[in-house]
Amino acid sequence: MEESRYLFVDHEKPFRYKEGDLTVTRGSAWSGPGCHLGCGVLLYTDEEGKLVKVEGDPENPYNQGRLCPRCLDLPEVTNHEDRLLYPLKRDPTDRGKDTWKRIGWDEAFDLIELKFKEIKREYGPEAVLFMQGTGRDIAPYITRLCWSFGSPNFSLFLSGAACYVPRVIGLAGTVGAFLVPDCSQVHPDRYDNPEYCIPETIFIWGNNCVVSNSDGFFGHWVVDLMKRGSKIVVIDPKVTWLASKAAAHLRVRPGTDAALALGMLYVIINEDLYDHDFVDKWCYGFDELRERVQEYPVERVARITWVPEEKIITAARLLAQSKPAALEWGVAVDMTKEAIPAGQAISTLFEITGNIEVPGGMIVPPEILKYVGGWGKDLLPAEAAEKRIGQKKYPLFASEAQPDCIVEQLETGEPYRIHGAWIQTSNFLSCMAADPQRLYRAIKTIDFIAYVDLFMTPTAMALADVILPAATFPERNGIRLGDGAQRGETINKVTSIGECKSDMEINLELGRRFNPEAWPWETVEEMFTFLLKDDTGMTFEELQQKAPAYPPFEYHRHEKGMLRKDGAVGFNTATGRIELWSTFYQSVGLDPLPYFEEPSPGPGATPELMEEYPLVLTTGARTWSMFHSEHRQVKRMRALHPDPIIEVHPTTLERFGLRDGEWVWVENQFGRAKRKTVATPVIDPRMCSTDHAWWLPEGDPESFYDVFELNINNLVQWSPGKSGFGSNYKTALCKIYRIQEGE
Amino acid sequence: MENIGMLIDYEWCSGCHSCEVACQMEHGLPVGQTGISVHTVGPWEIAEDNWQYTHLALPTKQCTGCVTRRAKGKLASCAHHCQSKCLQVGPLEDLMAELSNKPSQALFFIQQL
Repeated sequence: MEESRYLFVDHEKPFRYKEGDLTVTRGSAWSGPGCHLGCGVLLYTDEEGKLVKVEGDPENPYNQGRLCPRCLDLPEVTNHEDRLLYPLKRDPTDRGKDTWKRIGWDEAFDLIELKFKEIKREYGPEAVLFMQGTGRDIAPYITRLCWSFGSPNFSLFLSGAACYVPRVIGLAGTVGAFLVPDCSQVHPDRYDNPEYCIPETIFIWGNNCVVSNSDGFFGHWVVDLMKRGSKIVVIDPKVTWLASKAAAHLRVRPGTDAALALGMLYVIINEDLYDHDFVDKWCYGFDELRERVQEYPVERVARITWVPEEKIITAARLLAQSKPAALEWGVAVDMTKEAIPAGQAISTLFEITGNIEVPGGMIVPPEILKYVGGWGKDLLPAEAAEKRIGQKKYPLFASEAQPDCIVEQLETGEPYRIHGAWIQTSNFLSCMAADPQRLYRAIKTIDFIAYVDLFMTPTAMALADVILPAATFPERNGIRLGDGAQRGETINKVTSIGECKSDMEINLELGRRFNPEAWPWETVEEMFTFLLKDDTGMTFEELQQKAPAYPPFEYHRHEKGMLRKDGAVGFNTATGRIELWSTFYQSVGLDPLPYFEEPSPGPGATPELMEEYPLVLTTGARTWSMFHSEHRQVKRMRALHPDPIIEVHPTTLERFGLRDGEWVWVENQFGRAKRKTVATPVIDPRMCSTDHAWWLPEGDPESFYDVFELNINNLVQWSPGKSGFGSNYKTALCKIYRIQEGE
Repeated sequence: MENIGMLIDYEWCSGCHSCEVACQMEHGLPVGQTGISVHTVGPWEIAEDNWQYTHLALPTKQCTGCVTRRAKGKLASCAHHCQSKCLQVGPLEDLMAELSNKPSQALFFIQQL
């Protein structure tokens, strides 16, 4: 092995060893079943090679032995009786009917190759969409499949790509890199690292992180840090368990986070609490920012956000005084129409207070593979990139096609018709699509749809012509390159189920058939080595033994010329500074400064609707045992959360003549969905909150497992922000009323 | 003779259910049965910005104290996987000494071997 610059932890045992009759394999978890983390796990298999138990790896600094219920229950997912075991085919005229026929892999690959090549020949490669779900470690190979086929239309059916990407793109446009809170995750010795310093205050913004574990952030790190003395400030409409422990809890109205951040900036700037030295040396456009925030006096912001004036002031002062302060933010920031300026306003708070690239503050996460931009964009010819859907209207979309524009194009056939779709592990009719019935109508007429997943889903039942069965992660090898601070970790195959293949094996095989030069590897392991070798100096097999491998890390990299390709000091932006006034946004015709717009419909934008739809509806509350639309058929997980619920304040229930635990319709001008009420004082009486992505695996396949009755996105519209990013998933209006007998 | 106890620092129990599922999988328990069970007090508002919102895990009659597992030098499965690291299983006498270190802890005497 070459000398690696990486840092390692000591292991007592090799990565695979015997314990009694069982074999234990150390490695990383990742999708699917889905999650946002990739914890260190020990996978236990018996003599027949069956996965029988999963434990957290105590040697892995990331989770330090801990695991969430979903990983602990992994054997009951992997070995589930409902898993798809073989490729299936159905006549396209039978879409929606349960008339599947088992076929072999060769026939499945031949059919997909034939159909996609036919479409490419007749209509051009752009006539095939390549769609993913939340993706995670499987995502890079899907982008490569799309671009090597010659299609620019890689994307996901999520309005405004309103998850994570708006914050990533937003920070790329102002800081030139993403920022994550420093919870010592970059150090193998974690909290004991001599350079590390715990955050004095952690701002948890739109993120119930102990439940959601989003984007590479192990939520309970916050608990670790609170035990070590960190304070927290929680910005959340709901009184979560974390909020009950907060030094300040700001119960913001859904969708008004930008106003709140601008109000806090008003306090910090006008009370002269910002870090002058950092702003002078490293920020651009402060005077323009100062002028903009004058539009957001605290009294106005309090009216908009429902947060009392004194709390806005307290939180702002606490942020300015805390050295260091860190931000853990969530998808709530993205799931409002004007997500880009919301993210910009929030991140600006931590920039002008000098919390960037300091221990315990906000750091640029180390990356082995550029993850959000996709892998293999160089394979796409320039003339094909020109045809990316939505690019002209929304120039910020430089990698993925703009999802709302895809839906329109499916409906209109303008400027060109879509004929085929590759859908890899995305149950969008239950989960991410806004107005799912509109999308269903728009996509169901296209010529050919190939689909990859672990289980049969409503989306597959409604739309697919061929289904390929994907492996869960204990059934395949892989590398954990993705969200947050990246580290070298391998996902290790320990078992096999049916004829399932890994997502990457499927992509490699099809990639070779479409474009052999772009896929020169014999095996997926060779492909992983190709991705790892330059940066880590290790092959996949070497990393299996040594993982986790930590990239060398330093703080204050902007002062050392380590954040720009040219080696100059500063940040990777046009001005070399953090752009509080973004030259990048200006260049694409967007407002260079952060701003707030009322979510519409909403109490501020459409007061005339309040009589009929008196409640603000927020969706997507996370649960302990389910990841998006997964786990509904896994009994142990379902037992922890058996029904789709809507949380409502007891006085609100009373106002509408309803009781706790009763089935209701949640309805607005766009549609309705069934929910079971939960009376709770943690919800503001003016709103209600619900979980998402429901379907009933025990239901009728030919009514798509009741997805159109249960999907809360019936109430959500395709409604991107001005940049094309962001959408109102978490800010709608609704009424609730009792379900009649027989409904 | 060994007295086995379980010490829970309920100031930090987030109610994540990892102890329950870890126990069930370790001991092969059917869905609906468990050797440890998480209970919640609240949430209710005592006064403005002061909420009663506490989770507490209770060992059940099916808790074995993970004696076999601990004899191999491992932690009890619930303690190993506790996401807040607020749960310990071990000799009762040791845990009794720890109990007085901080408030908001609960100690259970699980069994005598």
